[in-house]
Amino acid sequence: MKRAHGLITGAALAAAMSTALATGAAAQTIKIGVNEPLTGPFAASGTYVVNGAKIAADEINAKGGLLGRKIELVIEDNKSNPTEAAAVAEKLITGDKVPVIMGAWGSSLTLAVMPKLMEYKVPMVVETSSSSKITTSGNSYIFRISPPSSVEATEFKAIMPSLGIKKADFLVINNDWGRGSAEDFGKIMKAQNIQVGLVEIMDQAAQDMSAQLAKIKATDSDTIMVTTAVEQLTLVLKQAAALGITKRIVTTGGSQNPDQLIEQAGAAANGSMHLTTFAPWYPDKTPDPAATKYFLGEWKKRGYAIAGATESFRGYDGIRTIANAIQRAGKAEPAAITDALWTTDFPGLNGQIKFQKQGPAGKESGQSMPNLYLIKIVNEKIVLSGS
Amino acid sequence: MTELLQHIVNTLILGSTYALLGIGLTLIFGIMRVVNFAHGELYSFGAYALYFVGVMLGLNFFLALIVAVVLGCFAGALIEVVLLRPMRGADIDTTMLVMIGAMIVMQNGEQFVWGGVAKSVSTPFPELPLVIGSISVSWLRLFVFCAALALIGVSYLLINRTKLGKAMRATFQDRDAASLMGVNIQFIYMATFAIGSSLAAAAGALLGPVYVISPQMGNLASLKAFAIVILGGLGSIGGATIGGFLLALAEELGAGYVSSGYRDAMGFLIIIVVLLFKPTGLFARAERIG
Repeated sequence: MKRAHGLITGAALAAAMSTALATGAAAQTIKIGVNEPLTGPFAASGTYVVNGAKIAADEINAKGGLLGRKIELVIEDNKSNPTEAAAVAEKLITGDKVPVIMGAWGSSLTLAVMPKLMEYKVPMVVETSSSSKITTSGNSYIFRISPPSSVEATEFKAIMPSLGIKKADFLVINNDWGRGSAEDFGKIMKAQNIQVGLVEIMDQAAQDMSAQLAKIKATDSDTIMVTTAVEQLTLVLKQAAALGITKRIVTTGGSQNPDQLIEQAGAAANGSMHLTTFAPWYPDKTPDPAATKYFLGEWKKRGYAIAGATESFRGYDGIRTIANAIQRAGKAEPAAITDALWTTDFPGLNGQIKFQKQGPAGKESGQSMPNLYLIKIVNEKIVLSGS
Repeated sequence: MTELLQHIVNTLILGSTYALLGIGLTLIFGIMRVVNFAHGELYSFGAYALYFVGVMLGLNFFLALIVAVVLGCFAGALIEVVLLRPMRGADIDTTMLVMIGAMIVMQNGEQFVWGGVAKSVSTPFPELPLVIGSISVSWLRLFVFCAALALIGVSYLLINRTKLGKAMRATFQDRDAASLMGVNIQFIYMATFAIGSSLAAAAGALLGPVYVISPQMGNLASLKAFAIVILGGLGSIGGATIGGFLLALAEELGAGYVSSGYRDAMGFLIIIVVLLFKPTGLFARAERIG
C-alpha cells in the first residue's frame, strides 16, 4: 500500500513537472535583468527608474515583442547597498540566466557590479551612475547612457559665466558619485578662476546636515554645489533654509526630481538650480517630442507621480537601448548583445543614444553623450534656463 | 563665533531628540535588561503613525502627534505581552534574539505597507526660520526641542516621583520582594516597556516631519540610542539625557571643525574614550549586589 502510494505521488510529480516544462517552453520570454535600489536611501529614484523600464517593456510587448518573443523584466532590489548590488547581479546572471542587465543606479552600486560582468561576460546598460571611473576602468561590458560627472562639468562650463560664480563650496554625498562630482566640477571651476572653498561630505543615510551647512554658511562663498539624490537633497534644501542660508544652490547628478523637491521642500526649494538630463516640462524642447509625449502620457495613465519623470526616462531609455540591441543582434545572447550595443544609434528621450569608446585601449567601455539642461525653481515652478 | 553659536543651537535641538531616544531605551535596556533591538523600529513606527493619522486621515498635526505616541505605547505593550512575557526568566541572549526577530519583522512590515520610498509630513509651522542676530533656527525644530524637553521632564517625574515609578524601580531591583509587597509584576513589565516604546515613538513622530520617513530610519536611531545609554550609564535617566546631548555635541563639532565625512564616527569615538576611563558609563546606577 505504501509502495503504491509512493508510485502515485511519483507519477503526479512527473506529470506536474512535464506540464511546468511545457508551459515554460511555450511562454519562453527574453529576460532582461534590472538591478535597482528599491529600498534604502535611493528607494525613490530606483523605483522611478523601474517604472520607466516597465513602460518601455509594455510598449515593446504591445508591438509584438522582440524576435517573436515577449520580453520579461526580472527586477531585483539592490537595497542601495553595493554588496547587495553585486549579489543581485550574480543572482540575475546565474539564477535567472539573463543575457543583459540594466543597472545599478548609483556609482558605488554599479562599480560593485562591474567585476561580475567581467566574470560572466554579460553586458550592462548603466542608466544613472555618473562617476567617471565607471567607463575608464577598462570594463568592456559597460554601456552608459547617463553623463559622467566630467561631462556634466564640461557642459556646465558654458553655463557658468551667466551665473557669475566667484567662489563655490561643495556639499556632496560620501560615495564615488559625490566625491567624483566634487573633483570634476572643482577642476573645471579652478580652470575658470573660480575659487573652490569647502568640500563637505554627507553620509548617504545621513538625515541631518545642519553641521555641514552651518560651516558653509560661515564662509564667503556665493554658491553651494550639491550632489545627492532627491531624498537627501530635500533635507539639504529644508535645512539650508532653516539656517537662513541665502547662497545660490546648484545641484548636479540628474537625480533631483525637481517636482518632488517642490512638493516636499516647498518654499525652501525656491531659487535652487538643478542640472538635469531631461526636461519633461517642455516636451517640445526635447530631441524627440513625440516619444517624450508618449512616455509622459503613459506615466500619467499609470497614476505615477509626475515628479519621477526626470529620473524615470532613463529606465525607459535603458530598456529601449537593450531591446534595440537584441533586435539587431538577432538572438538574446550576451556576446551578440554586447556587439550590437556598440552599433547602437537611435533617438532616446534625451538625444541620440550612440556609444563612444572610453577607457584603456582594447577594453573600452561605451559612453553615450546626452543633453544637459539647467533649470531653476522660481515660486515653486520650474523654469528652463541656459541650454 | 557665529558658526560656533549655530553649532551649539543645532546641538541642543538634535541632543534633545537623542535624549528622548536614550531615555526610552534606558528604561527597557538599562532597567528591564532587555536588549531591545526593536527600539529603532518603534521610532519609525511613531513616524509612520504620525504620517497615517496626520496626512492620510488628515487629523490636526498636534493631535496626530499625541495619537502617534499613544499608538507607540500600545505597540510596546503588545510586544511585551506577546513576545517578552513568554520569555520571562529566559536569559538575556534569548530575549535579544527575539527582539532582533521583532526588528526584522517590523522593518519589513513597514516596507511592505508603506513601500521603500520616503514619505514627508508637512507641518503648520512657518517655513521661514526664526532669526536672532546671526543665528537661525526653524520653528519646527524649536517646537521639537520644547516638546522633547517636556517629555524628558515628564519621564523623570514619572520614574522618580510617582508610585508607578517606585514600583518599577522596585520590580527591577528585586522581582520577588516587589511581588511579595503586592506589586503587580506583569503589569509593571508591560508598563515599563510601553513607556519606553512610547518615548521612542514620540522621538520618531517629532523627527519624522523634520527629516523624511523611511523604513530604514530606525537603524541609525537604534544604534545611537544604544550608544547614548551606554555612554550615560545603564538605567540612568539623567545619564541618558546628558548622553544624548553629548553625542549631539560630538557629532556637531566633529562635523563642523574636524571632518564631516566622519560625523557619525565622532560620537562613537567619544564613547570609546568614556568607556576606557569609566567602563560603567558616566552616570551608572549603583548595581545592587546579591
